Amino acid sequence: MSENVLDLSVHELRRKLLQGQVTAADMVDAALKRIEALDGAIGAFITVDAEGARVAAEKVDRMVTEAVRSGDEKALPPLAGIPVALKDNICTRGLRTTASSRILESFVPPYSATVVEKLQSAGAIVVGKTNLDEFAMGSTTESSAFHTTRNPWDLERVPGGSSGGSAAAVAAGMASAAVGTDTGGSVRLPSAFCGTVGLKPTYARVSRYGVISYGSSLDCVGPIAGNVLDCAIMLGVMAGLDPRDATSSPEPVPDYVESARSGLDGLQGVRIGVPAEFFAPGIASGVRETVERTLHRLEEAGAELVDVSLPHVEYSVAVYYLVATAEASSNLARYDGVRYGLRAEGKDDVGSTIAASRTEGFGQEVQRRILLGSHALSAGNYAAYFDKAMRVRTLIRRDIEAALEKCDCFVSPTSSTTAFKIGEVRDPLAMYLQDIYTIVANLAGVPAISVPCGLHQGLPVGFQVFGPMFGEPTLFRVAAAVEQASAGEMRRPKLEVM
Amino acid sequence: MPAGTEYEVVVGMEVHAELATRSKVFCSCPVSFGAPPNTQTCPVCLGMPGALPMLNRRAVEFTIRAALALNCQITPFSKFFRKNYFYPDLAKGFQITQFDAPIGHDGWLDVEVDGEVKRIRIRRVHLEEETAKLTHAGDDIITAGNSLLDFNRSGIGLIEIVTEPDIRSAEEARAYLKKLRATLVAVGVSDCKLEEGSMRCEANISVRPKGSDKYGNLVELKNIASFRAVYRAIQYEAARQSQVLESGGVVRRETRHWDDAKGETAFMRSKEQAAEYCYFPEPDLMPLEISEEWVEEIRRGMPELPDARAARYMRDYGLNKEDAQQIAESKELWWFFEQTAAKADGPEVAKWLVGEISAAANASGVELSQSRLRPEHIAELISMMESGKISGKIAKSVFEDVWATGKAPADIVRERGLSQISDEGELRAIVRRVIEANPGPVQDFGAGKERAISFLVGQVMKESRGRANPQETNRILREELARAME
Repeated sequence: MSENVLDLSVHELRRKLLQGQVTAADMVDAALKRIEALDGAIGAFITVDAEGARVAAEKVDRMVTEAVRSGDEKALPPLAGIPVALKDNICTRGLRTTASSRILESFVPPYSATVVEKLQSAGAIVVGKTNLDEFAMGSTTESSAFHTTRNPWDLERVPGGSSGGSAAAVAAGMASAAVGTDTGGSVRLPSAFCGTVGLKPTYARVSRYGVISYGSSLDCVGPIAGNVLDCAIMLGVMAGLDPRDATSSPEPVPDYVESARSGLDGLQGVRIGVPAEFFAPGIASGVRETVERTLHRLEEAGAELVDVSLPHVEYSVAVYYLVATAEASSNLARYDGVRYGLRAEGKDDVGSTIAASRTEGFGQEVQRRILLGSHALSAGNYAAYFDKAMRVRTLIRRDIEAALEKCDCFVSPTSSTTAFKIGEVRDPLAMYLQDIYTIVANLAGVPAISVPCGLHQGLPVGFQVFGPMFGEPTLFRVAAAVEQASAGEMRRPKLEVM
Repeated sequence: MPAGTEYEVVVGMEVHAELATRSKVFCSCPVSFGAPPNTQTCPVCLGMPGALPMLNRRAVEFTIRAALALNCQITPFSKFFRKNYFYPDLAKGFQITQFDAPIGHDGWLDVEVDGEVKRIRIRRVHLEEETAKLTHAGDDIITAGNSLLDFNRSGIGLIEIVTEPDIRSAEEARAYLKKLRATLVAVGVSDCKLEEGSMRCEANISVRPKGSDKYGNLVELKNIASFRAVYRAIQYEAARQSQVLESGGVVRRETRHWDDAKGETAFMRSKEQAAEYCYFPEPDLMPLEISEEWVEEIRRGMPELPDARAARYMRDYGLNKEDAQQIAESKELWWFFEQTAAKADGPEVAKWLVGEISAAANASGVELSQSRLRPEHIAELISMMESGKISGKIAKSVFEDVWATGKAPADIVRERGLSQISDEGELRAIVRRVIEANPGPVQDFGAGKERAISFLVGQVMKESRGRANPQETNRILREELARAME
């Protein structure tokens, strides 16, 4: 496996493509071979589109020939020929999109999400659709209706979730980069567990059009890549105003690549906040040491560490599970078996057909969250639950704004532990607490990135950086420094065992 | 209640009107009626996974226009909400609507009943989306084996207009509905066709002993699809509820269905338990900021409202109040009136419009704007009458031909040889023939019976097939009679 071209980064692949050392067809073939060899054991994909990917690669290779012949390398789009994997809650025209749910098991969208159109116009080649927790509701990818994805670092362990398939695909070199969605940490947690770089952009930075909604006011579409620079290249393609998403931002898209090219030497004078609440007891010892060692190295490189506090952060899990489930209960109402998707047979009226379709089509966790959300929104409970949650959400946002007045960004472990064993966490509440370090970014709308900062007992540890609204350049700068600081401890997962 | 108690009906109305915008309210699908089913759709109005709404600014403008026409306050910071319920015609499992902070609130509409002006307060005007159209395959919803869905209608902009419970009679309810429709049509936001469902009406009806200040239990009445139906349904329901109270019963809170054919209301469902719609702010849309400048711009561009138009017609054209109001309330009529009155006498045009023309339109079932009749036709008819070329009676007969064929009145008059006989020699010859043929009446006239002359005029008309100029006929007849008496 060592000679896999996909062991090269996106930016290296582009250079080789232009130099004629590799073709889009080579890259797609490498990805498909890798998937064939490894995915039986890992289970990152739900659908692989080998034929579509090969056709797209031919088209890109003709573009490359033309660009090289005319000497206009800039005309070649930034992701030309790069094999990418898409989380299976992102609609792809003509390619089955399931959200890992029985209710959409045979759903083939008639349209593509804006982010898919953007990636494809940038030359990216979709090799397949990756596994997730059903409707992105989970932290391990175990709640997929189809199968559990295994962590490429240790097949007994979870890859994290809900974008576990996307992170595992990138970690195992089955795609150069991937797209995930992050409603409470679903890009960052699997990135931490799988040793990839995962970004939750600022809310509204990337269009949500065509991305199957979970919690609309929290959902973000983000890139997962093998390194910080690739992550920045991906975001540059994905970001921007979309006339089909009323919440998308008109804020101009800056050059992220430039920020991601800096290293430890770019940290001089950067103020990094260290929230007391995020370094409180409860972090597994190896994780804490790895993160703190990285912090120390950043300080040595010239960053200034600043103590900050987020007093309302202790309510974030409660607030999150009210807001997200409330929105989900409504967002998932469209799956009624009337127009598309699974329809229960044998019922003699509309009401019981809808009820039976949803009972058969939704898994246990999804049903639990729909019930929680409907309860929080019901007339008698609205004030006590949903409305109060929205008000506490405002307090949390203010905490973050106040903290960011004292620093340029603040940091935390992405997770209190490294990847745990499949089936290890069974209690829903314990599972919800996995998101404790990530969900504040979704509640406040600010961007956050998880970047590997080393290994603990052979498993990756995620280092998380939060920034102000549209502060992605700062995140890339600091993440690039973390990447450089921990280069000695990081490596790729050993996959020879397969 | 003691026998002989006099009851009062209390009515509040909820009206939905489809907006006549070119595209739907949350997607760019065209609003077009009569297209083949499910052809005017997209992922948004089909409720596909991942599809998101985009607000049509024009729909907001139309809502503001309607709200201003109903004298409402405009909410500067308005919001959309989700109303969650399951029904096959509801693509997303929720309707995007408004809850608190509707676009318009606290307005009024004046209506006139028996010469009295009554002010109906408007509680709110809000913007929401239409559902798909369900067609049940079977005689009715209960026995239908299956139902067909047409999503062409799904996502068309809809305004909801809710009154305070200010209406006190079926007449007032009908007058309100008529005036509301005239107002919405006048400002161009909806075509308001009750029969086709682009305007729908629900009435909340209760009764109470006259003089009481407490409201009775509310009954919601659905399926009111005409002005006649709103009148009859409220009459029926008020009587039914009064009877229930009279006999010592309690009116149940329920939704009832008006059966127009049977002329009665029937129980649909109970309202004892409040429906649970889990309203919450729509997170896919930004709050709606409506600037004062925008409202002023819309206000400046507002078309004339029916009351102002009627007043103007009375002032500038000398119309009487009834004609002015009737014409001002119908865009079909006032457009035709203005076109015609530019070339002919206003009150005369009005007389034709509310008389012959409306009657012909009603009888034929063809709307004026869809008919062959042109304003020039009526102007020409009036002009031919004024110049004495044809009589009023002939004019009506010519009008029938114009309505049926769309030919110019002058052509019809020529083809049918209908022009009035004013030639003295020709008229005198006819008059002489009539005098000769009717010695009896001539003698009566000679004996001082003035009435006999109308018989003789009638005979001249008959002889001339109605073409004789009446004034001239009268003059010549008297001359010839005087001569015959000598």
